[in-house]
Amino acid sequence: MNEMTDPTVIGQRTPRVDGEYKLTGRAGYTGELHVEDMLYGYPVPATIAHGVLTSLDVDAARGMPGVVDILHHRRVPKLYRSPNSMGHGDQVSEIRLPFEDERIHYHGQYVALVVAETFDQARAAAHAVVARYRQEDDARPSLLLTDAEGDLLEEEGDSRGDPDAAFERAAVTLDETYCIEAESHLQMEMHATLAEWRGKRLIVHESTQGVVYQRNALARTFDLPQEDVEVISHYIGSGFGNKLFMWPHAIATAAAAQLVGRPVKTVLPRQQDMLTAGNRPASRQRIRLGAERDGTLTSIRHDSTTETSTVDRYVDSCGGATPSAYACDNVAISQRILPVNHGTPCPMRAPGEVSGVYALEAAIDELAIALAMDPVELRLHNYAQHDPQSGLPWSSKQLDKCLRSAADRFGWSQRDPGIGAMRDGDEIIGYGMASATWSAGRQPCEARVELRADGSVFAACGTQDIGTGTYTIVAQTAAELTGVPVERVDVKLGESSLPAGPLSGGSMTTATTLPAVAAAVRDAVDALKEIVTKPEGAFAGVDPDALQVRDGGLASEDKHISFAELLAMHDVASVNGKGQAAPGGEQEEYSFRSFGAHFVEVRWDPGISRLRVSRVVSSIDVGRAINPLAARNQVEGAIVMGIGMGILEKLEYDPRDARLMNSNASDYRVAVHADMPEVVDVELLDYPDFRFNEFGARGIGEIGLTGVGPAIANAVHHATGKRFRTLPITVDKLVEALG
Amino acid sequence: MRTFAYARADSVERAVDAQHAQQAGAFVAGGTLLLDLVKLDVMRPQQVTDISALPMKEVAFVDDDRLRIGALVTNTDLAHHPDVRQHYPLLSQAILNGASTQIRNMASTGGNLMQRTRCPYFRDVAAACNKREPGSGCDAMQGINRMHAVLGGSEHCIAVHPSDMCVALAAIGATVTLQGPDGTRDVDFGNFHRLPGETPHQEQDITDDELIVALTLAPPLAPQGAAYVKLRDRASYEFALAAAGAMISLDGDMIGEARLALGGVATKPWRCAEAEEILRGQPAETATFERAAEAALADAQPLEHNAFKVPLARQAIVRALRDATRDAKEGHA
Ligand SMILES: Cc1cc2nc3c(=O)[nH]c(=O)nc-3n(C[C@H](O)[C@H](O)[C@H](O)COP(=O)(O)OP(=O)(O)OC[C@H]3O[C@@H](n4cnc5c(N)ncnc54)[C@H](O)[C@@H]3O)c2cc1C
Repeated sequence: MNEMTDPTVIGQRTPRVDGEYKLTGRAGYTGELHVEDMLYGYPVPATIAHGVLTSLDVDAARGMPGVVDILHHRRVPKLYRSPNSMGHGDQVSEIRLPFEDERIHYHGQYVALVVAETFDQARAAAHAVVARYRQEDDARPSLLLTDAEGDLLEEEGDSRGDPDAAFERAAVTLDETYCIEAESHLQMEMHATLAEWRGKRLIVHESTQGVVYQRNALARTFDLPQEDVEVISHYIGSGFGNKLFMWPHAIATAAAAQLVGRPVKTVLPRQQDMLTAGNRPASRQRIRLGAERDGTLTSIRHDSTTETSTVDRYVDSCGGATPSAYACDNVAISQRILPVNHGTPCPMRAPGEVSGVYALEAAIDELAIALAMDPVELRLHNYAQHDPQSGLPWSSKQLDKCLRSAADRFGWSQRDPGIGAMRDGDEIIGYGMASATWSAGRQPCEARVELRADGSVFAACGTQDIGTGTYTIVAQTAAELTGVPVERVDVKLGESSLPAGPLSGGSMTTATTLPAVAAAVRDAVDALKEIVTKPEGAFAGVDPDALQVRDGGLASEDKHISFAELLAMHDVASVNGKGQAAPGGEQEEYSFRSFGAHFVEVRWDPGISRLRVSRVVSSIDVGRAINPLAARNQVEGAIVMGIGMGILEKLEYDPRDARLMNSNASDYRVAVHADMPEVVDVELLDYPDFRFNEFGARGIGEIGLTGVGPAIANAVHHATGKRFRTLPITVDKLVEALG
Repeated sequence: MRTFAYARADSVERAVDAQHAQQAGAFVAGGTLLLDLVKLDVMRPQQVTDISALPMKEVAFVDDDRLRIGALVTNTDLAHHPDVRQHYPLLSQAILNGASTQIRNMASTGGNLMQRTRCPYFRDVAAACNKREPGSGCDAMQGINRMHAVLGGSEHCIAVHPSDMCVALAAIGATVTLQGPDGTRDVDFGNFHRLPGETPHQEQDITDDELIVALTLAPPLAPQGAAYVKLRDRASYEFALAAAGAMISLDGDMIGEARLALGGVATKPWRCAEAEEILRGQPAETATFERAAEAALADAQPLEHNAFKVPLARQAIVRALRDATRDAKEGHA
């Protein structure tokens, strides 16, 4: 591998190359696009969560100004279910097709799609569609309101040793259940689809985290050759996982465009976005820990149940991180899913593991208290020097440095561990901490690069930039390897016809895409070397291997000529390079994970029952940060999201009928500016992980969220003496427990 | 959202006449509430009369020390008006604790008085709501009622009045001036908002064709301290779970005059007359504040999810009284 040890562009704080487009409004998001002759779609959502659509009267709506057509279960072109395979790249978010039948499975399920000349006409007519239902009164409510166990998933289990026997023998044990309410992604940009048929070809603009997956799934759904479908997504206003896989609105919109023979655009209104396009399902996790008096962990059991909908089987695997978290001989995890009458859940930033890390890290804190041990010490005492589940060495693990560095910057040694012992005016100060971790994965990827006669470099890959900065790191990579400045690199992403790239998910985009881009750069350089070393070439007679790439050109011992000049000299417009990269044998030799530590200060004012997060100090070990500016931003944003999970966010479903009652950005509470801690201090450790790839980068989108919730809950316990085992810790719970 | 006719009024009289001639008409000022509810299909006006260009934007003292506020003065302008900040600090604080800067820039004084509840069942046309559809029932009663009222509810409605500004007005005292087809009339602020009783859809003492033209505040308490304590789920852009507005004037260490009102816990802006009585002439200390808080919540009727509001409101009261007392000692004494 060409380890990149002293990069000059990679690793530099680099402003986003697309920043100007976003700032000036020239970045066209799907919802803003307009094509000639385009119509507008507006879905009609079911107002019940469980029952049957008994009648649908569309006549009045059909006659309203501008209305062109209305799709529903009796008027829809033939559609097929996607095979829904991750391996074959046609996974969808919800396997049920829109308008399959009259059965209503969740509040907001589409019963019709109105198509009209203008957005306002479509919306007005959607309100005029009269749907009647027979509501059934045995709607399955939230997991947290029932004792229902759910279905055990054998394939999600994992174990080593004999945790039950070890638990029985343990000197100190803990057996507690931890819950998290369902959350909404509440991404800035709502889901949107613009579908256009050109003859038998289907062109779809979609706000998606996976143009290739959606292309494949649409081909299956409409029975088209994959080559006849194109999915485009140039700018995305984030997704946090709910745009990974196709949702029914995209199918309904493409079906409408097919039916009426004109392009149709649907932008989901916020309410429908929250109702129908995914959520982090509620989770209930039982943790059993056994330990010796000195803190040595002897048993870990982690049994999780998460919600799915009644139309799909989504699994939010909570236990994923647990087997590798601590050096402990006896570990078992299990996973169940419970179908409820809510919209289908989907991955949400650090899916599963963020919930699992909450339960485990809160339990470890409780164990530390039971052992009268410092929680940092307890973690270091059980430090996993290698991956205890696979038995493999870690490629690079700096968790101990994270714990020590963050503790130091936070001032953990000044902590008085007594409950409520630290005061400042009306407020009691609480300290809490937790470890963070997230898997490090890679996918196969292809890319294409051109060196052009105008001096620019062109790089293309069928992945997409969901707002995290993928355009920029691809540009940095091409710039690093060619010496052409970042500004002269044109990056094209977000089109399914480009060389196949990965989903923007699982924090894998960086580690997956960059090696393929690098390979394509090298291939393009080789193509150029081949031309210039020919007998009539500028470097005739020079061994291609002796030619160095430097400062945007090739150099031999005695001269340097820029790519632009070389191409001009040979009357060539561009040279083309193709690259591909995939994980390899290293996967059998090492275990790959990212790590971190969060230290949190909360302030609790018992006189007015007010809790706030006042300080967060974090250290994160993700290998090398390609663009520290964007990387830090990911962690800071994740901390904000963690504050939401810890004390604010909760989807509120009516317990009687499973209807969602807070599907708007006012009643569903994410943290606002005023909730920001006075201090958010993020350190990115710089230990490049060259065993993972030549750039030494793992991935940073998700890890920052893991561990924030438990660090907050642990700090709340320190401040109040009360252990809250269900997130979010809201005012009502605080008053009821402490008032 | 349904389509509606839109006209901009160029005089108060014409605005009232236009409204009088309509069956389902509505005024729009800042539009922060109306447009929201129209999009949700909760309000369905056929004719909207835009009053935002009318000359009701003045803030000035009239005759006897009473501040008169035009109905179109924005929340932002009112909160930052020097006379309000100096003589009615509680009003300024309460407004600035509400909504967001952007919304306050648009929101009008009249619109805030006419603000409607945030009850999710009111805002969801598929739910039963006596306020939205008289006689349809109340889904909140047995539903998610964490945000609902513990004071002033009836078996027909337990929706909270969400305004912060109105809490300050309840404490300060004010007169609402209305203009209808037959001239103007004044309504005491304390009677302007109605208890839900059996008619939760009749929210204010105003007819469809009456326009709020101004609000006149009672003379300021002097010298005074004031404090508005708003307790909520997040720190901003959030309605109150419990809010208390307090004004205190001191007589040495004893309380002279006291005013107290609550928000977030009642079906209308809630003046705590009994608690005020308990405070007057008593030492300005925690024990007194706690007695007042007890009295203010004595009639509370909590539901399944909102029992926490009773102690929370007491805490808001005690803190507001404490801070108002401090303010009286430091700031204005
Ligand atoms: C997201 C959000 C958060 C908010 N948070 C808070 C908060 O924390 N605290 C708080 O107190 N408020 C809050 N508000 C409410 C805000 O204060 C009100 O929406 C605003 O005051 C309404 O004023 P407006 O001029 O925009 O009213 P409009 O929307 O123009 O009108 C509202 C109603 O009043 C009627 N009306 C308007 N003017 C007159 C008049 N002169 N005479 C008769 N009728 C009239 C209209 O017909 C309509 O029915 C929030 C609002 C939003 C949208």
